[in-house]
Amino acid sequence: MLPTARATLLAALDEGWADPRRLYSEGRRARALLDQAREVIAHGLGVRPAEVSFLPSGPAALRTGLAGLRYAARRHGARMVASAVEHSAILTTGRFHAAAAQDPGLFEEVRVDPLGRVDLSALETAVAAGGTILAAVQTANGEIGTRQPLERAHAACRTHGIALLVDAMASLGRDPVPEHFDVLAGDARSWGGPGGLGVLVVPERTRWRRPGPVSELEDGRTDVEPVVAFALAAAEAWRQTEATRERQSAFSASIVARLRSAARNLPDVEVVGDPDDALPHVLTFSLLYVDGEALVVELDRRGFAVGSGSACTSSTLEPSHVLAAMGVLTHGNVRVTLPLDPVAPTLEDDVSRFIAELPEAVATVRAQLGVSDL
Amino acid sequence: MSPSPSAAANPIEVDARELRCPLPVIRLAEAARDAPAGTQIVVLATDPAARHDIPAWCRMRDHELHEVTDVTDATHPYLRFVVVLRAQRAKAGGSGNARQRPSREM
Repeated sequence: MLPTARATLLAALDEGWADPRRLYSEGRRARALLDQAREVIAHGLGVRPAEVSFLPSGPAALRTGLAGLRYAARRHGARMVASAVEHSAILTTGRFHAAAAQDPGLFEEVRVDPLGRVDLSALETAVAAGGTILAAVQTANGEIGTRQPLERAHAACRTHGIALLVDAMASLGRDPVPEHFDVLAGDARSWGGPGGLGVLVVPERTRWRRPGPVSELEDGRTDVEPVVAFALAAAEAWRQTEATRERQSAFSASIVARLRSAARNLPDVEVVGDPDDALPHVLTFSLLYVDGEALVVELDRRGFAVGSGSACTSSTLEPSHVLAAMGVLTHGNVRVTLPLDPVAPTLEDDVSRFIAELPEAVATVRAQLGVSDL
Repeated sequence: MSPSPSAAANPIEVDARELRCPLPVIRLAEAARDAPAGTQIVVLATDPAARHDIPAWCRMRDHELHEVTDVTDATHPYLRFVVVLRAQRAKAGGSGNARQRPSREM
Protein backbone atom coordinates (compact mmCIF):
# COMPACT_ATOMS: atom_id res chain seq x y z
CA MET A 1 0.00 0.00 0.00
CA LEU A 2 1.24 3.51 -0.78
CA PRO A 3 2.34 5.48 2.32
CA THR A 4 -0.22 8.23 1.59
CA ALA A 5 -2.98 5.64 1.22
CA ARG A 6 -1.97 4.19 4.59
CA ALA A 7 -2.12 7.64 6.19
CA THR A 8 -5.56 8.19 4.64
CA LEU A 9 -6.70 4.81 5.92
CA LEU A 10 -5.65 5.62 9.49
CA ALA A 11 -7.26 9.07 9.39
CA ALA A 12 -10.40 7.63 7.83
CA LEU A 13 -10.80 5.16 10.68
CA ASP A 14 -11.39 8.21 12.87
CA GLU A 15 -13.47 10.17 10.37
CA GLY A 16 -15.46 7.53 8.57
CA TRP A 17 -16.24 4.93 11.21
CA ALA A 18 -20.01 5.44 11.27
CA ASP A 19 -22.72 3.59 9.32
CA PRO A 20 -23.23 5.58 6.11
CA ARG A 21 -26.96 4.72 6.15
CA ARG A 22 -27.64 6.51 9.45
CA LEU A 23 -28.92 10.05 9.64
CA TYR A 24 -26.86 11.33 12.56
CA SER A 25 -24.01 13.61 11.62
CA GLU A 26 -21.27 10.95 11.88
CA GLY A 27 -23.29 8.72 9.57
CA ARG A 28 -23.82 11.53 7.09
CA ARG A 29 -20.10 12.28 7.23
CA ALA A 30 -19.29 8.64 6.45
CA ARG A 31 -21.74 8.69 3.53
CA ALA A 32 -20.16 11.86 2.14
CA LEU A 33 -16.68 10.29 2.36
CA LEU A 34 -17.84 7.11 0.65
CA ASP A 35 -19.47 9.10 -2.16
CA GLN A 36 -16.30 11.15 -2.53
CA ALA A 37 -14.17 8.00 -2.87
CA ARG A 38 -16.62 6.59 -5.43
CA GLU A 39 -16.42 9.77 -7.49
CA VAL A 40 -12.63 9.67 -7.61
CA ILE A 41 -12.54 6.06 -8.75
CA ALA A 42 -15.43 6.41 -11.21
CA HIS A 43 -13.78 9.47 -12.74
CA GLY A 44 -10.50 7.56 -13.03
CA LEU A 45 -12.22 4.63 -14.72
CA GLY A 46 -14.15 6.92 -17.05
CA VAL A 47 -17.59 5.83 -15.80
CA ARG A 48 -20.38 7.37 -13.73
CA PRO A 49 -20.28 7.04 -9.92
CA ALA A 50 -23.59 5.11 -9.90
CA GLU A 51 -21.96 2.48 -12.10
CA VAL A 52 -19.26 1.76 -9.49
CA SER A 53 -19.80 -0.57 -6.53
CA PHE A 54 -17.33 -1.44 -3.79
CA LEU A 55 -16.94 -5.11 -2.89
CA PRO A 56 -14.72 -6.86 -0.35
CA SER A 57 -12.03 -7.85 -2.90
CA GLY A 58 -11.24 -8.05 -6.60
CA PRO A 59 -12.17 -11.74 -6.83
CA ALA A 60 -15.45 -11.01 -5.00
CA ALA A 61 -16.19 -8.26 -7.55
CA LEU A 62 -15.40 -10.69 -10.37
CA ARG A 63 -17.70 -13.41 -8.98
CA THR A 64 -20.47 -10.89 -8.33
CA GLY A 65 -20.08 -9.47 -11.83
CA LEU A 66 -20.40 -12.93 -13.31
CA ALA A 67 -23.37 -13.90 -11.15
CA GLY A 68 -25.36 -10.79 -12.16
CA LEU A 69 -24.70 -11.31 -15.87
CA ARG A 70 -25.79 -14.95 -15.56
CA TYR A 71 -28.95 -14.11 -13.70
CA ALA A 72 -29.95 -11.30 -16.06
CA ALA A 73 -29.49 -13.62 -19.07
CA ARG A 74 -31.03 -16.74 -17.51
CA ARG A 75 -33.88 -16.90 -20.06
CA HIS A 76 -31.38 -16.81 -22.95
CA GLY A 77 -29.03 -19.53 -21.83
CA ALA A 78 -26.42 -20.52 -19.30
CA ARG A 79 -23.30 -21.22 -21.34
CA MET A 80 -20.16 -19.29 -20.41
CA VAL A 81 -16.82 -18.90 -22.13
CA ALA A 82 -13.49 -17.87 -20.62
CA SER A 83 -9.85 -17.81 -21.64
CA ALA A 84 -7.87 -20.67 -20.13
CA VAL A 85 -5.69 -18.20 -18.22
CA GLU A 86 -8.48 -16.35 -16.37
CA HIS A 87 -8.43 -15.92 -12.59
CA SER A 88 -9.51 -19.01 -10.67
CA ALA A 89 -12.57 -17.06 -9.42
CA ILE A 90 -13.87 -17.33 -13.00
CA LEU A 91 -12.62 -20.82 -13.86
CA THR A 92 -13.81 -22.54 -10.68
CA THR A 93 -17.23 -20.85 -10.92
CA GLY A 94 -17.64 -21.85 -14.55
CA ARG A 95 -16.60 -25.45 -13.86
CA PHE A 96 -18.93 -25.57 -10.86
CA HIS A 97 -21.98 -24.53 -12.89
CA ALA A 98 -21.18 -26.99 -15.66
CA ALA A 99 -20.68 -29.81 -13.16
CA ALA A 100 -23.84 -28.92 -11.22
CA ALA A 101 -25.89 -29.05 -14.43
CA GLN A 102 -24.05 -32.20 -15.55
CA ASP A 103 -23.39 -30.48 -18.85
CA PRO A 104 -19.70 -29.90 -19.67
CA GLY A 105 -20.77 -27.75 -22.63
CA LEU A 106 -21.97 -25.02 -20.28
CA PHE A 107 -18.42 -23.83 -19.69
CA GLU A 108 -15.73 -23.57 -22.34
CA GLU A 109 -12.13 -22.68 -21.56
CA VAL A 110 -10.62 -21.18 -24.69
CA ARG A 111 -7.01 -22.10 -25.47
CA VAL A 112 -4.15 -19.63 -25.41
CA ASP A 113 -1.02 -19.49 -27.56
CA PRO A 114 2.48 -20.16 -26.15
CA LEU A 115 2.72 -16.48 -25.12
CA GLY A 116 -0.47 -16.84 -23.06
CA ARG A 117 -2.67 -14.80 -25.40
CA VAL A 118 -6.19 -16.08 -26.04
CA ASP A 119 -6.74 -17.67 -29.44
CA LEU A 120 -9.11 -15.15 -31.02
CA SER A 121 -10.53 -17.44 -33.67
CA ALA A 122 -11.24 -20.10 -31.03
CA LEU A 123 -12.87 -17.41 -28.88
CA GLU A 124 -14.98 -16.23 -31.83
CA THR A 125 -16.15 -19.79 -32.44
CA ALA A 126 -16.86 -20.33 -28.73
CA VAL A 127 -19.03 -17.23 -28.33
CA ALA A 128 -21.00 -18.13 -31.44
CA ALA A 129 -22.34 -21.34 -29.89
CA GLY A 130 -26.06 -21.25 -29.05
CA GLY A 131 -27.02 -20.44 -25.46
CA THR A 132 -23.77 -18.58 -24.75
CA ILE A 133 -24.43 -15.60 -22.47
CA LEU A 134 -21.02 -14.25 -21.53
CA ALA A 135 -17.29 -14.37 -22.14
CA ALA A 136 -14.67 -13.58 -19.50
CA VAL A 137 -11.33 -12.17 -20.65
CA GLN A 138 -8.73 -10.37 -18.53
CA THR A 139 -6.96 -7.14 -19.50
CA ALA A 140 -3.63 -8.83 -18.86
CA ASN A 141 -2.37 -11.80 -16.93
CA GLY A 142 -0.79 -10.96 -13.59
CA GLU A 143 1.33 -14.08 -13.61
CA ILE A 144 3.02 -13.69 -16.99
CA GLY A 145 2.13 -10.10 -17.96
CA THR A 146 0.69 -10.87 -21.41
CA ARG A 147 -2.07 -8.46 -22.44
CA GLN A 148 -5.26 -9.77 -24.04
CA PRO A 149 -6.91 -8.45 -27.23
CA LEU A 150 -9.97 -6.95 -25.54
CA GLU A 151 -11.13 -4.80 -28.42
CA ARG A 152 -11.50 -7.79 -30.72
CA ALA A 153 -12.92 -9.98 -27.96
CA HIS A 154 -15.54 -7.32 -27.30
CA ALA A 155 -16.37 -7.06 -30.99
CA ALA A 156 -16.88 -10.85 -31.13
CA CYS A 157 -19.19 -10.69 -28.11
CA ARG A 158 -21.20 -7.82 -29.57
CA THR A 159 -21.72 -9.71 -32.83
CA HIS A 160 -23.56 -12.37 -30.84
CA GLY A 161 -25.19 -10.02 -28.33
CA ILE A 162 -23.39 -11.46 -25.33
CA ALA A 163 -21.62 -9.71 -22.45
CA LEU A 164 -17.84 -9.36 -21.99
CA LEU A 165 -16.72 -9.60 -18.37
CA VAL A 166 -13.27 -8.06 -17.96
CA ASP A 167 -10.91 -8.79 -15.08
CA ALA A 168 -8.63 -5.77 -14.73
CA MET A 169 -7.11 -6.85 -11.42
CA ALA A 170 -3.59 -7.10 -12.84
CA SER A 171 -3.52 -3.94 -14.93
CA LEU A 172 -5.24 -1.08 -13.07
CA GLY A 173 -2.61 1.40 -11.91
CA ARG A 174 -0.07 0.10 -14.45
CA ASP A 175 -1.79 0.26 -17.84
CA PRO A 176 -4.39 2.70 -19.21
CA VAL A 177 -7.91 1.86 -18.02
CA PRO A 178 -9.73 -0.58 -20.30
CA GLU A 179 -12.40 0.73 -22.63
CA HIS A 180 -13.83 -2.49 -23.98
CA PHE A 181 -16.05 -4.25 -21.45
CA ASP A 182 -19.63 -4.78 -20.35
CA VAL A 183 -18.70 -5.49 -16.73
CA LEU A 184 -15.33 -4.70 -15.16
CA ALA A 185 -13.72 -5.90 -11.93
CA GLY A 186 -10.62 -4.54 -10.19
CA ASP A 187 -8.77 -4.69 -6.89
CA ALA A 188 -7.44 -1.63 -5.04
CA ARG A 189 -4.18 -3.41 -4.22
CA SER A 190 -3.15 -3.27 -7.87
CA TRP A 191 -2.91 0.53 -7.78
CA GLY A 192 -1.37 0.77 -4.31
CA GLY A 193 -4.57 0.80 -2.27
CA PRO A 194 -5.42 -1.40 0.70
CA GLY A 195 -6.49 -5.02 0.68
CA GLY A 196 -10.17 -5.49 1.33
CA LEU A 197 -11.52 -3.36 -1.49
CA GLY A 198 -12.70 -4.60 -4.86
CA VAL A 199 -14.36 -2.48 -7.52
CA LEU A 200 -17.21 -3.66 -9.73
CA VAL A 201 -18.25 -1.54 -12.71
CA VAL A 202 -21.65 -2.22 -14.25
CA PRO A 203 -22.40 0.38 -16.94
CA GLU A 204 -26.02 1.42 -17.30
CA ARG A 205 -26.27 -0.21 -20.75
CA THR A 206 -25.39 -3.68 -19.38
CA ARG A 207 -28.13 -6.17 -18.55
CA TRP A 208 -27.16 -7.15 -15.02
CA ARG A 209 -29.20 -8.28 -12.03
CA ARG A 210 -28.11 -9.53 -8.64
CA PRO A 211 -29.41 -13.05 -7.96
CA GLY A 212 -30.82 -12.36 -4.51
CA PRO A 213 -33.18 -10.16 -2.57
CA VAL A 214 -33.20 -6.43 -3.10
CA SER A 215 -30.31 -4.73 -1.31
CA GLU A 216 -29.95 -1.07 -0.50
CA LEU A 217 -26.16 -1.29 -0.50
CA GLU A 218 -23.94 -0.19 -3.40
CA ASP A 219 -26.81 0.37 -5.82
CA GLY A 220 -28.17 -3.06 -5.05
CA ARG A 221 -25.14 -4.92 -6.36
CA THR A 222 -24.03 -6.47 -3.07
CA ASP A 223 -25.30 -7.17 0.42
CA VAL A 224 -21.90 -6.61 2.02
CA GLU A 225 -21.33 -3.15 3.44
CA PRO A 226 -18.09 -1.58 2.17
CA VAL A 227 -15.53 -0.32 4.70
CA VAL A 228 -15.51 3.45 4.23
CA ALA A 229 -11.88 3.79 5.32
CA PHE A 230 -10.75 1.23 2.72
CA ALA A 231 -12.64 3.07 -0.01
CA LEU A 232 -11.05 6.39 0.96
CA ALA A 233 -7.56 4.90 1.06
CA ALA A 234 -8.18 3.27 -2.33
CA ALA A 235 -9.27 6.64 -3.78
CA GLU A 236 -6.18 8.36 -2.38
CA ALA A 237 -3.95 5.65 -3.84
CA TRP A 238 -5.71 6.00 -7.19
CA ARG A 239 -5.11 9.76 -7.24
CA GLN A 240 -1.41 9.34 -6.54
CA THR A 241 -0.79 6.35 -8.82
CA GLU A 242 -2.73 7.77 -11.75
CA ALA A 243 -0.83 11.07 -11.56
CA THR A 244 2.51 9.27 -11.99
CA ARG A 245 1.40 6.16 -13.88
CA GLU A 246 3.03 6.79 -17.23
CA ARG A 247 6.39 7.68 -15.73
CA GLN A 248 6.23 4.74 -13.33
CA SER A 249 5.29 2.26 -16.01
CA ALA A 250 8.17 3.40 -18.20
CA PHE A 251 10.51 3.02 -15.22
CA SER A 252 9.13 -0.45 -14.42
CA ALA A 253 9.50 -1.49 -18.05
CA SER A 254 13.16 -0.45 -18.05
CA ILE A 255 13.79 -2.54 -14.93
CA VAL A 256 11.90 -5.52 -16.37
CA ALA A 257 14.09 -5.26 -19.49
CA ARG A 258 17.20 -5.56 -17.29
CA LEU A 259 15.66 -8.51 -15.43
CA ARG A 260 14.70 -10.15 -18.72
CA SER A 261 18.20 -10.03 -20.13
CA ALA A 262 19.61 -11.33 -16.83
CA ALA A 263 17.10 -14.20 -16.84
CA ARG A 264 17.88 -15.08 -20.46
CA ASN A 265 21.54 -15.48 -19.59
CA LEU A 266 20.80 -18.20 -17.04
CA PRO A 267 21.49 -21.72 -18.29
CA ASP A 268 18.44 -23.77 -19.34
CA VAL A 269 15.77 -21.13 -18.88
CA GLU A 270 12.43 -20.35 -20.50
CA VAL A 271 11.41 -16.72 -20.14
CA VAL A 272 7.64 -16.81 -20.47
CA GLY A 273 4.97 -14.36 -21.60
CA ASP A 274 4.96 -11.78 -24.37
CA PRO A 275 8.22 -9.79 -24.29
CA ASP A 276 6.55 -6.70 -25.78
CA ASP A 277 2.78 -6.52 -25.40
CA ALA A 278 2.69 -7.12 -21.66
CA LEU A 279 2.29 -5.42 -18.29
CA PRO A 280 5.30 -3.24 -17.51
CA HIS A 281 6.04 -4.66 -14.06
CA VAL A 282 5.96 -8.47 -14.34
CA LEU A 283 8.66 -10.94 -15.41
CA THR A 284 8.32 -14.72 -15.22
CA PHE A 285 10.76 -17.47 -16.11
CA SER A 286 11.11 -21.22 -15.57
CA LEU A 287 14.37 -23.04 -14.97
CA LEU A 288 14.96 -26.60 -16.00
CA TYR A 289 15.97 -29.00 -13.18
CA VAL A 290 15.15 -26.48 -10.46
CA ASP A 291 12.84 -27.06 -7.52
CA GLY A 292 10.66 -23.93 -7.45
CA GLU A 293 10.13 -24.09 -3.72
CA ALA A 294 13.86 -24.43 -3.02
CA LEU A 295 14.61 -21.43 -5.24
CA VAL A 296 11.92 -19.26 -3.62
CA VAL A 297 13.37 -20.15 -0.20
CA GLU A 298 16.95 -19.53 -1.38
CA LEU A 299 15.99 -16.11 -2.78
CA ASP A 300 14.05 -15.29 0.38
CA ARG A 301 17.16 -16.15 2.43
CA ARG A 302 18.98 -13.54 0.34
CA GLY A 303 16.23 -10.98 1.01
CA PHE A 304 14.17 -11.23 -2.20
CA ALA A 305 10.43 -11.97 -2.25
CA VAL A 306 9.44 -13.65 -5.50
CA GLY A 307 6.36 -15.60 -6.55
CA SER A 308 6.22 -18.97 -8.26
CA GLY A 309 3.72 -20.93 -10.31
CA SER A 310 5.43 -24.25 -9.70
CA ALA A 311 3.39 -27.09 -8.25
CA CYS A 312 5.64 -27.58 -5.23
CA THR A 313 4.96 -24.00 -4.11
CA SER A 314 1.17 -24.36 -4.18
CA SER A 315 -1.01 -25.84 -1.48
CA THR A 316 -2.70 -28.14 -4.01
CA LEU A 317 0.60 -29.37 -5.53
CA GLU A 318 -0.85 -28.51 -8.94
CA PRO A 319 1.23 -26.28 -11.18
CA SER A 320 -0.09 -22.87 -12.23
CA HIS A 321 -2.98 -23.26 -14.66
CA VAL A 322 -1.56 -20.33 -16.62
CA LEU A 323 1.83 -21.95 -17.26
CA ALA A 324 0.10 -25.27 -17.98
CA ALA A 325 -2.27 -23.68 -20.53
CA MET A 326 0.69 -22.07 -22.31
CA GLY A 327 2.55 -25.38 -22.52
CA VAL A 328 5.70 -23.97 -20.93
CA LEU A 329 7.89 -25.52 -18.28
CA THR A 330 6.11 -25.29 -14.93
CA HIS A 331 8.88 -26.33 -12.56
CA GLY A 332 11.56 -23.97 -11.34
CA ASN A 333 9.25 -21.05 -11.95
CA VAL A 334 10.05 -17.57 -10.64
CA ARG A 335 7.75 -14.57 -10.91
CA VAL A 336 9.06 -11.08 -10.21
CA THR A 337 6.35 -8.47 -9.64
CA LEU A 338 7.75 -4.97 -9.20
CA PRO A 339 6.11 -2.86 -6.49
CA LEU A 340 5.04 0.73 -7.17
CA ASP A 341 7.97 3.04 -6.42
CA PRO A 342 6.55 4.93 -3.41
CA VAL A 343 6.44 1.49 -1.74
CA ALA A 344 9.97 0.54 -2.79
CA PRO A 345 12.23 3.61 -3.00
CA THR A 346 15.38 1.46 -3.28
CA LEU A 347 14.02 -0.68 -6.13
CA GLU A 348 16.81 0.01 -8.60
CA ASP A 349 19.53 -1.02 -6.17
CA ASP A 350 17.54 -4.04 -5.01
CA VAL A 351 17.14 -5.20 -8.60
CA SER A 352 20.85 -4.76 -9.27
CA ARG A 353 21.63 -6.94 -6.27
CA PHE A 354 19.00 -9.48 -7.41
CA ILE A 355 20.57 -9.66 -10.87
CA ALA A 356 24.00 -10.11 -9.33
CA GLU A 357 22.90 -12.89 -6.96
CA LEU A 358 20.42 -14.77 -9.15
CA PRO A 359 22.94 -16.98 -11.03
CA GLU A 360 24.49 -18.11 -7.75
CA ALA A 361 21.08 -18.78 -6.18
CA VAL A 362 20.10 -20.92 -9.18
CA ALA A 363 23.44 -22.76 -9.14
CA THR A 364 23.00 -23.44 -5.41
CA VAL A 365 19.61 -25.12 -5.79
CA ARG A 366 20.73 -27.03 -8.87
CA ALA A 367 23.80 -28.28 -6.99
CA GLN A 368 21.51 -29.59 -4.22
CA LEU A 369 19.81 -31.77 -6.82
CA GLY A 370 23.09 -32.82 -8.46
CA VAL A 371 21.99 -31.85 -11.95
CA SER A 372 24.91 -29.75 -13.13
CA ASP A 373 25.82 -32.12 -16.01
CA LEU A 374 22.35 -32.87 -17.42
CA MET B 1 22.64 -40.46 -36.65
CA SER B 2 19.60 -42.51 -37.58
CA PRO B 3 17.39 -44.29 -35.05
CA SER B 4 18.80 -47.71 -34.33
CA PRO B 5 16.24 -50.52 -34.32
CA SER B 6 17.96 -52.37 -31.47
CA ALA B 7 17.71 -49.32 -29.21
CA ALA B 8 14.05 -48.88 -30.09
CA ALA B 9 13.37 -52.52 -29.40
CA ASN B 10 14.68 -52.23 -25.85
CA PRO B 11 13.26 -49.06 -24.41
CA ILE B 12 14.69 -47.70 -21.19
CA GLU B 13 12.04 -47.46 -18.49
CA VAL B 14 12.13 -44.62 -15.97
CA ASP B 15 9.67 -45.20 -13.14
CA ALA B 16 9.25 -41.75 -11.60
CA ARG B 17 5.94 -42.49 -9.92
CA GLU B 18 5.48 -40.82 -6.52
CA LEU B 19 8.37 -38.45 -7.28
CA ARG B 20 7.56 -34.77 -7.20
CA CYS B 21 8.64 -32.10 -9.67
CA PRO B 22 11.31 -31.53 -10.86
CA LEU B 23 12.50 -35.10 -10.13
CA PRO B 24 10.62 -36.93 -12.96
CA VAL B 25 12.27 -34.66 -15.55
CA ILE B 26 15.66 -35.06 -13.85
CA ARG B 27 15.35 -38.87 -13.91
CA LEU B 28 14.45 -38.69 -17.61
CA ALA B 29 17.42 -36.41 -18.35
CA GLU B 30 19.76 -38.77 -16.48
CA ALA B 31 18.53 -41.71 -18.54
CA ALA B 32 18.94 -39.69 -21.74
CA ARG B 33 22.42 -38.40 -20.92
CA ASP B 34 24.49 -41.23 -22.39
CA ALA B 35 21.88 -42.91 -24.58
CA PRO B 36 22.26 -42.80 -28.36
CA ALA B 37 19.84 -41.16 -30.77
CA GLY B 38 16.84 -43.35 -31.49
CA THR B 39 16.63 -44.65 -27.94
CA GLN B 40 13.09 -44.91 -26.61
CA ILE B 41 12.59 -43.90 -23.00
CA VAL B 42 9.34 -44.76 -21.28
CA VAL B 43 8.63 -42.52 -18.29
CA LEU B 44 5.96 -43.28 -15.70
CA ALA B 45 4.90 -40.40 -13.46
CA THR B 46 2.18 -39.43 -11.02
CA ASP B 47 3.21 -35.82 -10.41
CA PRO B 48 0.67 -33.48 -12.06
CA ALA B 49 3.45 -31.18 -13.27
CA ALA B 50 4.98 -34.00 -15.34
CA ARG B 51 2.10 -33.71 -17.81
CA HIS B 52 3.44 -30.28 -18.77
CA ASP B 53 7.11 -30.53 -17.93
CA ILE B 54 8.08 -33.69 -19.80
CA PRO B 55 6.71 -32.27 -23.10
CA ALA B 56 8.49 -28.97 -22.25
CA TRP B 57 11.77 -30.84 -21.68
CA CYS B 58 11.41 -32.62 -25.03
CA ARG B 59 10.85 -29.27 -26.73
CA MET B 60 13.77 -27.56 -24.96
CA ARG B 61 16.15 -30.49 -25.64
CA ASP B 62 14.79 -31.16 -29.14
CA HIS B 63 13.72 -34.75 -28.50
CA GLU B 64 10.51 -36.32 -29.75
CA LEU B 65 7.56 -36.88 -27.45
CA HIS B 66 6.09 -39.89 -29.17
CA GLU B 67 3.11 -40.65 -26.97
CA VAL B 68 1.38 -39.66 -23.72
CA THR B 69 -1.13 -42.02 -22.12
CA ASP B 70 -3.29 -41.64 -19.05
CA VAL B 71 -3.14 -45.06 -17.44
CA THR B 72 -6.35 -45.18 -15.47
CA ASP B 73 -7.00 -48.92 -15.25
CA ALA B 74 -4.68 -49.29 -12.26
CA THR B 75 -5.27 -48.90 -8.54
CA HIS B 76 -3.08 -45.82 -8.71
CA PRO B 77 -3.50 -43.94 -12.00
CA TYR B 78 -0.37 -42.56 -13.63
CA LEU B 79 0.94 -40.99 -16.82
CA ARG B 80 3.04 -42.88 -19.33
CA PHE B 81 5.28 -40.98 -21.74
CA VAL B 82 7.23 -42.42 -24.64
CA VAL B 83 10.18 -40.24 -25.59
CA VAL B 84 12.42 -40.89 -28.59
CA LEU B 85 15.86 -39.31 -28.37
CA ARG B 86 17.13 -37.35 -31.32
CA ALA B 87 20.81 -36.70 -32.03
CA GLN B 88 22.50 -34.67 -29.29
CA ARG B 89 22.94 -31.11 -30.40
CA ALA B 90 26.32 -30.39 -32.02
CA LYS B 91 28.91 -29.33 -29.52
CA ALA B 92 29.69 -25.63 -29.53
CA GLY B 93 32.81 -25.41 -31.67
CA GLY B 94 35.93 -24.09 -30.02
CA SER B 95 34.24 -22.75 -26.89
CA GLY B 96 35.30 -25.74 -24.87
CA ASN B 97 31.82 -25.85 -23.37
CA ALA B 98 30.35 -29.09 -24.58
CA ARG B 99 27.10 -28.64 -22.63
CA GLN B 100 26.35 -25.16 -23.87
CA ARG B 101 22.80 -24.70 -25.00
CA PRO B 102 20.99 -21.63 -26.13
CA SER B 103 18.29 -20.38 -23.81
CA ARG B 104 14.80 -20.08 -25.22
CA GLU B 105 12.43 -17.24 -25.12
CA MET B 106 8.77 -18.08 -25.32
